Amino acid sequence: MFENISLAFQGIWGHKLRSFLTMLGIIIGIASIITIVSTIKGTNDQIKESLIGSGTNAVTVQLSQSGSAYDMSWQGPPAGVTPVSEETLAELAGLDNVVAASLFSVRQVYDAAVCYGSASWSGYLYGVDENYFAAAGYRRTAGRGFLPEDFAAFRKVAILDGTAASVLFGSASPVGEVLEVRGEPFTVVGVVDRAAAGQFAIETYRDYEMYYGDSSNGRVFIPLGDWPIVYRFDEPQGVILKAASTDDMTRIGQQAEDLLTASQISADAAQDGFAYQSDDLMEQAAKIQELSNATNNQLLWIAGISLLVGGIGVMNIMLVTVTERTREIGLKKAIGARKRRILWQFLTEAAALTSIGGILGVAAGVGLSRFIASAMGTPSAVSYPAIAVAVLFSMLIGVIFGMIPAVKAANLNPIDALRRE
Amino acid sequence: MLLEMRDICKNYPQGREVVKILKHVDLTIDQGDYLAIMGPSGSGKTTLMNLIGCLDVPTSGTYRLDGEDVSKASENRLADVRNSTLGFVFQSFYLLPKLSARENVALPLLYAGVKKRERLRRAEEALKMVGLGERIDFMPNQLSGGQQQRVAIARAMINRPKLLLADEPTGALDTASGRQVMDLFDELNENGATIVLITHEPKVGARARRLRRILDGALLPEEGSENDGEA
Repeated sequence: MFENISLAFQGIWGHKLRSFLTMLGIIIGIASIITIVSTIKGTNDQIKESLIGSGTNAVTVQLSQSGSAYDMSWQGPPAGVTPVSEETLAELAGLDNVVAASLFSVRQVYDAAVCYGSASWSGYLYGVDENYFAAAGYRRTAGRGFLPEDFAAFRKVAILDGTAASVLFGSASPVGEVLEVRGEPFTVVGVVDRAAAGQFAIETYRDYEMYYGDSSNGRVFIPLGDWPIVYRFDEPQGVILKAASTDDMTRIGQQAEDLLTASQISADAAQDGFAYQSDDLMEQAAKIQELSNATNNQLLWIAGISLLVGGIGVMNIMLVTVTERTREIGLKKAIGARKRRILWQFLTEAAALTSIGGILGVAAGVGLSRFIASAMGTPSAVSYPAIAVAVLFSMLIGVIFGMIPAVKAANLNPIDALRRE
Repeated sequence: MLLEMRDICKNYPQGREVVKILKHVDLTIDQGDYLAIMGPSGSGKTTLMNLIGCLDVPTSGTYRLDGEDVSKASENRLADVRNSTLGFVFQSFYLLPKLSARENVALPLLYAGVKKRERLRRAEEALKMVGLGERIDFMPNQLSGGQQQRVAIARAMINRPKLLLADEPTGALDTASGRQVMDLFDELNENGATIVLITHEPKVGARARRLRRILDGALLPEEGSENDGEA
């Protein structure tokens, strides 16, 4: 075997130009595949990274009617949908790979105002439990968070996000100021911000609502226990679940949807189109990735055709090689080489030829994708499994397309082979 | 008895006809024999050489080589027999141009499964035996015709074959080189090698100890049998 490989390399080296031209088809095919795969992976990695960074794997599950988020600000709480119980929340928290589970209520407010000041604010008011900020991926930037005592004593305290803070208080610190919401005074104790902002694909109104709709004027958070002070006791809440890894998000979202829809929504309400819907960032990522994959998959097929052409080129040259080396084959058979050995010799040579072509193609592909990435500003990432597959696949092409020439060589009759000049 | 052919026939289809190349050939060769088979071209001597050399199988008849009936052996078995029992010397040498003299000589040992170091050591020894100890790393195109043929003889002897087959070994050589090659055959035979030589040159045939003529596919009775006994 080792002997065959070293002989094969000698043979290839002995015909440098011819070998290179033969490999060219394989080199081009593999290089284009590596380029395409690197671009796909680069784009997908970028999408995934920006989403992971922004969302900290948060899956939001909210009440919806007929496919779009149900806003209680307009119609009030719907009939036949019950608030989420502690038990249901515990059940959600117990799903596989859920790190944190949090309940929240949300409504639009139009008349919040700073006490002893002139600024007023309209935006989204959130009633949140103690896990909310961690689950939704918020970071404290000023003051403090909600304390257990705040929840226990129903203290009227509020936390603003950065946008709301700047709308209401400009550059001054909001901590310690008092905010009036629906006639009730809430003391501002802290400011939070999203850990990072991501780019989202906005394809439906629901996507817009989910990512931008309620953030134009920012958000104000109050303890969930205080919600009945400003609104009602029986309002159904939304749930935020933090997944252990990005890959779990879609599954967790679906399980939570099923669980909440089954436990909270009566048959009548279901008839009216009420359901819990999740919108996780992975789903978003998948949408964008699908789009770029669809076009790139077509490119991969085209690159595959150039590999096929390359393989036929290899077969052609191997047939020429077998003819040229008829006497060598005849002699080897005369001095005792078995059929199988001749077969292996030529298969090895074809496979070595295409493997070298594959390795050169990988190098060219990596270089080309780097060049394209820097020239056009598109992302690119080297996929090591793709490289391994490309090299193995080019070796396989050599074996497949080298088969006919190798069989022809192995079947040569030594007498005829020696007689041929 | 090293080799025994009984009633060997070989036919080749040629268009619709069947051409009888060999007709009822009987031949025996003993250990240590030095036999020349002589005949004009078209007499069937090359076909006979191919059969003796296990490169082909007879249409009918039996052929026992070194105690084994090889007239119906499989292709793989024939390859093994060629490798272990036979050594070939051809008119046009058939050295592989990309391999050095030593690598050419070592080639049959590769198929016998001998380790590389051992192969090269034995090849060097064989080259010394044919008087080319100084040129072991020369490429074939750096050697004269006579030297190339001696490399080919070293290759044929490397597996210590029971039978050395030479097909017109001097056909491509000038007289002086041809004589050297024939001297080498004499020497090998004196050291115990069994040799079958196929030629159409009477001078070459005369160097052998036994002579059989072949004409129109039939072996003529042996002339002046000086060496009928066991060797």
